[in-house]
Order: sequence, then structure tokens, then C-alpha cells
Amino acid sequence: MGADGTELTAIRDFVLDLKPESMTVLMGPSGCGKTTLLRIIAHLDDRFIGEVEFPNDARIGFMFQEPRLLPWRTVRQNIELVAAPSFTADDLDKLAHAVGITEMLPRYPLELSLGLARRVALARAFSTRPDLLLLDEPFVSLDEKTADRLRRLLLEVWSARPTTAVMVTHNAREAILLADQLVLLAPRPTHVAAIETIDVPQAERDPKMIEALHTDLLERFPANFSGL
Amino acid sequence: MSVTFARTETGRSLRLSRVPWMPILSVAGFVLVWFIGAEIAQSRLLPGPVAVLEYIYDESLHGNLLTQLGITLWRVVASFFVAMIIGSAIGLIMGQMPAVNRVLDPWLIVLLNLPALVIIILAYVWFGLSEATAIGAVALNKIPNVVVTLREGARALDPALNEMARAYRMSPWSKFRNVTLPQLQPYFAAASRSGISLIWKIVLVVELLGRPNGVGFELHLNFQLFNVIAILGYTLAFVAVMLAIEYLLVQPLERYSTRWRNKPV
Repeated sequence: MGADGTELTAIRDFVLDLKPESMTVLMGPSGCGKTTLLRIIAHLDDRFIGEVEFPNDARIGFMFQEPRLLPWRTVRQNIELVAAPSFTADDLDKLAHAVGITEMLPRYPLELSLGLARRVALARAFSTRPDLLLLDEPFVSLDEKTADRLRRLLLEVWSARPTTAVMVTHNAREAILLADQLVLLAPRPTHVAAIETIDVPQAERDPKMIEALHTDLLERFPANFSGL
Repeated sequence: MSVTFARTETGRSLRLSRVPWMPILSVAGFVLVWFIGAEIAQSRLLPGPVAVLEYIYDESLHGNLLTQLGITLWRVVASFFVAMIIGSAIGLIMGQMPAVNRVLDPWLIVLLNLPALVIIILAYVWFGLSEATAIGAVALNKIPNVVVTLREGARALDPALNEMARAYRMSPWSKFRNVTLPQLQPYFAAASRSGISLIWKIVLVVELLGRPNGVGFELHLNFQLFNVIAILGYTLAFVAVMLAIEYLLVQPLERYSTRWRNKPV
């Protein structure tokens, strides 16, 4: 559905297999329906024809493009409100320590910088002990240093508790750093252009290797990687 | 030069506003003007502040001023809650369901423009001169205002937070309490503010027309006796009650519920 109320076909003939406990990264140009796809997977959007073979009651952790915290609840309350029943106060403190927001727990979100708010959103997403983790360009509009620190944090928390994850981004290096399975999308109506598998564990990917992979992909899929 | 000057000015007004000197001075000034005016007029129709205060004091101790105040206050409170509960429920539904809004909107406009007096008279004629009729008639006068305000609130709800709540599978109650209600808080505050003042004015009319007690009844009685001291006394006493509610109840409550903002309102 377009902004003017007319129906749009954002995505067509789209089949995606997610491997359990792996990170699938969807990469494509802006406006190619990546966010719509995540919303469909999360059962937030039912105006589509097709099937999502994922139970409706599955626990989901969702990191949006903006932190989307409740400004009238403290950081701790923001996490507690959505946390899984088995998630104890002790777990919360550990997770807060892991993402570096321990001092922020009694504060309100309006007092936090964007980088800190994103950390809280990250902690919140993991506090549900999700069956499925959805990440919608979670590190966009941060400076590169902060974004990189947050990516490492995400990897750390994610490796501690491997979860089936789908991430959407248009940042090529971010995609190469994080993906087990890299899905390249072609624009409207969106379809899969190619699926690349990266076998090296994320922790072992150094900048040199990421650059090499990037150059390689740039040669083979200039449409997806040029200008990024 | 001008920058330094501006800074001193704000600094001083900030310190002043911590102790409410300005409101106190402003009220004191009014009382002084009243006092001088009464001295000059020397008329039974414009008693001075001292005479009025004496009347309030005597009537509280030996008369039934406190009882009448209590009765009126109870009617104000009862009508207020009835109006807020019914009005916000309708407003929220109208704000979120355009179909319902289209059906009810003309009636809302009719009710908004119907004079309070018409509603009160018809209510007394149809439902009898009872306490329930009185409170219902007052509430009915206030409900359309609450509906309009809360409808705006419901329309302004943030879809991004709503989506977050759905993605995280928050229960309907938790979502209402933690996501929806805090967003509506400023609209509730606005409706309450204008509500209390409107309601107490209408309660007096209701009492005047069909109740055997309350401030409105006393005003009516003293109007017939041309007893201006009593009229001013009752008015002043009730204004004091309303001021106390505003400063001791409404404002602290508002500060508490907006404590998450960077700057308190």
C-alpha cells in the first residue's frame, strides 16, 4: 500500500529460507521493500499473499531504524516491559553490563544519546529471548566509530546466544561483517538477485578480508555494491 | 552589553518564580483596589474585603457555609468523573474509528453548541429534580469538550510505538497502560483543566434551578435578599477551594506524570 493509498507491489515472488541460528542479511537499494519484508515476517503487515512459516506466537526481538523506546518509562522499565518471563533482574543486569548501559538503567530515554538509545534497543531485543531477531538498519545515522562498536556488541551478544536473525541494511561492509547468508535484492518489484554464503565465522573476519570480499562482490554485482 | 542585560533579567525572573511572589503580589494588589473602592463607595452593594472575610469566618463557625461548600464540591467531583470517563471513552473510539466518527460527529457539534441552560431545564423536566439528574446534566454539558480533546489525542497516537508494542507482543492491558495512556496524558490534563472550571460554573446553575442546597442555592437565596456580602462570601470561599485543588492536587499530579521530560512543564 503506497503512501497515497494506492496499492503497490513492493515485493514479488520472494522466497527466503532462514537457517536456524544464522544471520541472514538482506541488502538492496533504498525503497526496495526491505522494511516491508521485515514487517511481514514479524506479522505486523498482513496485506500480502503468501506464507510466513513462522508461528504467530514466536517470540520476536525487533530493532527498528529508530530506537523506539517509551520516553515515559525508564531504561530498565523499557526492557522489563517486553522481556521474556524467564528473564530475571539478574539477567537484565548482565545484559545491561554487556552492552554498556548499566548506569543508564534508572534514566529516561530522552536523556540518552542516539548511540546509547540504540544500545538499549539492542538489549531490549535480546531480553525477549527471541526465537527470531529482526534488525531493520539498526545502526543507520550513527557515526562510523559508534556504529562499528555497536556492530561488535551485537556480534558479542548474538554469539553468546545464537538466534535466527534477519537484518536489513544498505551498508555493504556491515553486511559482509555480519552475514552468514547474504541475500542481494534487486529493486521493485523486489526479487532475489543472488544469495551468497559466507563461511568464515564472524569473529574471524578482519578488515582485510572484508575489503577483499567487498571488492569481489563489487565486481560481480555492480548494481548492488557500487557507490556504497 | 545587551546580552549581559538579557542574562541578568532571566536569572532574576527564575529566582523570583521559585517563590511565587508575583501571583501573591498580584492578588494583594487586587484586594487593595477592592478595599479602597469599598471605602469610597460606602455602599451596602459593595462591601469591603474585611466585611466579606468576617462573613466567611462567622458562617463557617456558626452557619452552614462549610456544609454548602461540601455539597457543591461533591457535585463538582461527581460530574467531573462521570464526564471524564464517558467523554474519554467516546473520544478515543471516535479518534481511532473514522466510521464511528462520521456517525457521531454531527451530534457532537449539536451538543457542543446546545446552551447549558437548555440541557439542565430539559433534564429536570424529563428526569425530575433529583441529585442524579443534576449531576448527569452537568456531566452532559462537559462531555462534548472531553470528547473533542481526547479525539485529538487518539489521532495523535504514534504509529511507530504502536508497531513496537505489536512486534513485542505486549498484552492489550500492558500496551494501554504503558504505550497509549502516557501519550494521552497531555490531552487528559487539558480536558481536566478546562473541565473543573466549566463544571463548577454549571453546577451553580443546576443548584440554582433545582436543588435545595449548595453554593448555587445560597447565591440564589441571597440574591433575593440583596445580600451582597453573602454572595461575595460564598463566591470567594469556593474560589479558594478551587485554587487549592489547582495548586495542591492538579499541578503536583501533572509534574509527577511528566517527570520523564527533560524540562518539567
